[in-house]
Amino acid sequence: MPLGYISRRLFHLLLIMVGVSVLVFLMLRMIPGDPARLLLGELASPDELARLRTQLGLDQSYLTQYAIYVKNLLLGDFGKSVRTGAPIANEIGVRLLATIELSLAAMVIATLFGIAAGVVSSVKQYTLLDYGSMFLALIGVSMPIFWLGLMLIYLLSVKFPILPMMGRITMGLEAPPVTGLVVIDTLIAGQLGAFWDSLQHLFLPSFTLATIPMAIIARITRSSMLEVLNKDYVRTARAKGLNEVIVILRHALRNAFLPVVTVLGLNFGLLLGGAVLTETIFSWPGLGRYVVDSLMSRDYAAVQSCILIFAVVMALINLVVDLVYVVLDPRIRVQ
Amino acid sequence: MRKWAILIMLALIVWPALAAGQAVTGGTLIWGRGGDSVSLDLANATDGESIKAGIQVLENLVIFGKNSMDVEPQLAESWKVSDDGLTWTFKLRKGVKFHDGTPFNAKAVYDSFARVIDKNHPFYSFGKWKYVNMSLGMVNEVKIIDDYTIALVTQKPYAPLLNNLALWLCPILSPKAMEQYKDQIGLNPVGTGPFKFVKWVKDDQIILERNNDYWGEKAKLDRIILKSIPEPSARLMALQSGTVDIADDLDPDSINLVKKEGKHAIIERPSINVGYLAMNTEKPALKDPRVRQAINHAIDKATLIKTIFQGLAIPAKNPFAPSIWGYNDSIKEYEYSPEKAKKLLAEAKFDMNMELELWAMPVSRAYMPDPVKTAELIQAYLAAAGIKAKIVRQEWGAYIEKTSNGLHDMCMFGWLGGNADPDNFLYGLLSADMAKTPGAANVALWKNAEYTEICLKAQKIFDKGERTKLYMKAQEIFHADAPWVPLVHSTVVRCYSKKLHDVPLRPNGLNSFQMVWKEK
Repeated sequence: MPLGYISRRLFHLLLIMVGVSVLVFLMLRMIPGDPARLLLGELASPDELARLRTQLGLDQSYLTQYAIYVKNLLLGDFGKSVRTGAPIANEIGVRLLATIELSLAAMVIATLFGIAAGVVSSVKQYTLLDYGSMFLALIGVSMPIFWLGLMLIYLLSVKFPILPMMGRITMGLEAPPVTGLVVIDTLIAGQLGAFWDSLQHLFLPSFTLATIPMAIIARITRSSMLEVLNKDYVRTARAKGLNEVIVILRHALRNAFLPVVTVLGLNFGLLLGGAVLTETIFSWPGLGRYVVDSLMSRDYAAVQSCILIFAVVMALINLVVDLVYVVLDPRIRVQ
Repeated sequence: MRKWAILIMLALIVWPALAAGQAVTGGTLIWGRGGDSVSLDLANATDGESIKAGIQVLENLVIFGKNSMDVEPQLAESWKVSDDGLTWTFKLRKGVKFHDGTPFNAKAVYDSFARVIDKNHPFYSFGKWKYVNMSLGMVNEVKIIDDYTIALVTQKPYAPLLNNLALWLCPILSPKAMEQYKDQIGLNPVGTGPFKFVKWVKDDQIILERNNDYWGEKAKLDRIILKSIPEPSARLMALQSGTVDIADDLDPDSINLVKKEGKHAIIERPSINVGYLAMNTEKPALKDPRVRQAINHAIDKATLIKTIFQGLAIPAKNPFAPSIWGYNDSIKEYEYSPEKAKKLLAEAKFDMNMELELWAMPVSRAYMPDPVKTAELIQAYLAAAGIKAKIVRQEWGAYIEKTSNGLHDMCMFGWLGGNADPDNFLYGLLSADMAKTPGAANVALWKNAEYTEICLKAQKIFDKGERTKLYMKAQEIFHADAPWVPLVHSTVVRCYSKKLHDVPLRPNGLNSFQMVWKEK
């Protein structure tokens, strides 16, 4: 079953990529602002502008431009950034991995703490614990990331300097890149000191990024758990005399997990694209900042490639979420 | 008795040196700044962050002084101009090596310059050479005379060339590296400077190391790390926590806070930039110089500086800043006086029901940190003098395009100052030659024949004293005819740790850190 299903989904992914690439291509060109003018600045003469437009292929029709773009893409060539002149594949690679590292860490924090808070507050409904954790979740969801990030830096890096405020690792401790995720690379290289150092660097930005999904996950887990806790099978489990912990974790939580997994997947996708603010505050060299900078200078090729990658990642996450459904709930069968 | 006198004198000489501390070699300087560099091949660079890093690695034939904009020798030892004013001959320094070991000679200068202006040069296609008109645009030919002599032949006698050569736009790079890296030389710069390029982690940091084979006095620091910290508050906190030694481009609030705390060193220097309001002299409403003078009288620059710049700027009365030679200080500023403005408008029979368009820049710059607020302030001042103004906003590309076609009544602009030659401002931004649409850099579209004549004449004269006289006169004409309201020259500020010493600051904010040293 899953193999045919997966291949069909992967085919859908192809359609999504075509759709996204067309949309982004057209939308970018609808934004006012001539890339050549932005590149050359206020002093450029009409001749120089024309020369650069030809060089960038901007004097061609949209159809030709798109055809060239797709052809190069199929050959694995993302093109060159007009802003920096470097091949876009090189530019994106490192930054994408930095963003993935940050988002993964944030997701781990959000999932662990969010589910724990949700379970506790559902089990201890209408107690101080419940009110307390849901109040915190409300704060978490409404706290501006920008403000929170700066406050955390002020408190934990400036006032009481216990955590580093920027970057991925202390200079000189870098391990040879294998996965591109600094935390994992240091571990592979067996450098425990560097591993600890990179974890410390990761903590403040990933915690900041985790607050909103953590709050959402906590609230979803709570309501989903409350629904399940009154079900017959939970009562049966309790009647069998099972340990309460097993009742909660195996019988209740597993059944309550489906909506949580959906939210997890959605949030992970959002984190990848929405890490711009966190990356800016903590000087994290990620893809979010790169997209914004590229967009500002109308670096069409760079923006197109980034959005395409985001779309693919998002679609893959959705696929994984759907597969996890099957694992979690055997009742779900796909035709 | 004589012995005592000598001893006391010696003590007096030595004492200050001891008190200031001896320069020590070693240490790493961490330099926090707002963004990453784009390209370290500075002939291609147009952004401050690229220049800041690149000038540590690359050197020019001539360079500006440590704290001034006067031109001094660097890789050229001496130069002379031929009698017809067309050929500049430079004697080059001997025994200099690029960081990759390639010897520095006339061939290196030839390749570095010819690639920018000669379409047939093999390296021409490796760059976009956006600002060629500000650098070598006037040069027709680069000639190797012998291994250590190079000649530049210009289209016409052109005195500002020397200042152009001191700009970041004219660096000398290793020919071997240019050939090897092709259009990626900007990611792997190889020059002759006191620091060599080591590593670049995009959007994060650039690492430079001392060049131990440097031809001149070797750098004191072991290493410079330029760290991108895009968020200004985070940059301030990085300075406060000691994570960085220098924090660039702090906002005025942060600078005032640093001053109040007194824990860090600060240098302030009037910059060479200018922020201005250009009035389109071709629009009927603004044709009469009395109307333009009235607008000059209507705007209170002191309040503008206090509110928008929080004091970090000086009022402008000429098109360029007092830190540049040739500044005419005898010109009397149009003082703030709504009454005088009203009187002049009445004399000129200005139609008070007419609404003028005031174009506000959509991007902020050092000379215009908050363009929209500035426009609102100007709008209010104009209203007080009886002139109705409507603020117009456009996206930056469109703004440049349309103002250079003369579609505006009044528009805000500024100029960073480039080569710090008066010509750069007076001819480049105000001459009739630059007022041709489309693509006018003179957005006042001011076409004053006498003024333009003076600017052209000054370009052909090589004596600074003579040129100064001409520029003094040009500024008088500018003042009387008032095509602009010169608003401000902003202040450049450098905030840094007190552990750093001999930190330089040129009026354009761009310096080599060769002599900077750090206490252990």
